[in-house]
Amino acid sequence: MITPYINTYKIMIPSNFIYHKATSVKDAIALSQTHGEEAKFMSGGHSLLPMMKLRFATPEHIIDISKIDGLSYIKEDGDFLKIGALTTQSEMEHSSKIKENYPIFSDAIKLTADPSVRNVGTIGGNIAHGDAANDQPALMLAMRAIIIAEGVDGRRSIPIDEFFQGFYMTALEPTDVLVEIQIPKSKKGSGGAYHKVERKVGDYATAGVAVYLQLDNNGVCQEIGIGLTNVSAVPMRLERGEELLKGKKITEDLIEQVGVVASEDCEPTSDLRGSEAYKRSIVNTITKRMLHAALERAKK
Amino acid sequence: MKHKITLKINGESVTALVDSRLLLVHFIRENLDLTGTHIGCDTSNCGACTILLDGKSVKSCTYLAVRADGAEITTIEGIAAEGTNHPLQKAFHDQHGLHCGFCTPGMIMRSIDLLKNNPNPTEEEIRWGISGNLCRCTGYNNIVKSVKQAAEELQKESV
Repeated sequence: MITPYINTYKIMIPSNFIYHKATSVKDAIALSQTHGEEAKFMSGGHSLLPMMKLRFATPEHIIDISKIDGLSYIKEDGDFLKIGALTTQSEMEHSSKIKENYPIFSDAIKLTADPSVRNVGTIGGNIAHGDAANDQPALMLAMRAIIIAEGVDGRRSIPIDEFFQGFYMTALEPTDVLVEIQIPKSKKGSGGAYHKVERKVGDYATAGVAVYLQLDNNGVCQEIGIGLTNVSAVPMRLERGEELLKGKKITEDLIEQVGVVASEDCEPTSDLRGSEAYKRSIVNTITKRMLHAALERAKK
Repeated sequence: MKHKITLKINGESVTALVDSRLLLVHFIRENLDLTGTHIGCDTSNCGACTILLDGKSVKSCTYLAVRADGAEITTIEGIAAEGTNHPLQKAFHDQHGLHCGFCTPGMIMRSIDLLKNNPNPTEEEIRWGISGNLCRCTGYNNIVKSVKQAAEELQKESV
């Protein structure tokens, strides 16, 4: 038995908390009921733990949900692709189903953090964190995902448009565990693409854009979703851009217009990653490029 | 509050009492005296603290020691028998894949995971593969060559 070491010099560690390991979703919910709002769920912990080390977050209880069995899967079922919330970013990255039929995820995950972080970080955590700088929220908005949460009263479905409610605020109650993500199954005529501009590998997006669309046999756009990363306090959908495209054949001229709309409607602020004007300009450019990329994939 | 954890590190079973907030890298370096695993940035950017946890590369500065209960961990000290070099260690030596050496243990641990998933990577795949490990000396070129050499060596071994 090794005696515990007591740190006596300055190192970056979180403030004190009590660790609890949840053995099931029900156990996690019960632990959360016991410890109330001072408790936080941790899955991969690669967003939460850095925040705790910087003392931006100081939860008194950490409920570790990463060891819960049965929440790591990628499967097509009915009209949906269902992803278990504890599926790691790496598992998504290496999944042949994702690579072949859902390249929008491959686009995003390659640019999310780095391989070692992706070995631990989970897809559910990336969404439940409620951070507009994370990449998955824009994809979820574009694909009109359904979030499945389990809480005190059992499971419920939350449409993505009701999920992100404020700065780091989601529709999840403190006792809710995000258990599954459902997105429309890939079919003929559907295509999606994502890109973000980042200063260096592992950085949050200076700006990012996700596009997902569905064309009918005549090439008319039936469904369109455009989600933006890190250019607003709350993950945002580009509604005006979507309206311009829905029910139409997507032309170069329309793509130009949507690019302009994107640069007008996003809400970036100037920071170390760039000025507001610069960010509006790259949102315009990436939106156009992602529309082209998604169209090309939809036509395959 | 202390938690009793039992894990395997470089093949040896270890049991310890740890605080909730003890980070895995501090447990490895300070409790186990395995100082080959380095601490660079403390913010999961630089990768100097990379270890293998159940075979996957993980940044141990951003992982709670208590969560490693039941895990199998490999650090740079455990990749080759005493007195011998792992093909990656030999390649970093042959190709001058290091100057100061601070990032090297993390680079090697990450590269083991990379080559396990992709035994014959292209130069671009190597660069993406080690993109979460920062080196401030080499400019990466010789590191990439080292990983390439090790990939060839390991493939010969597996034939």
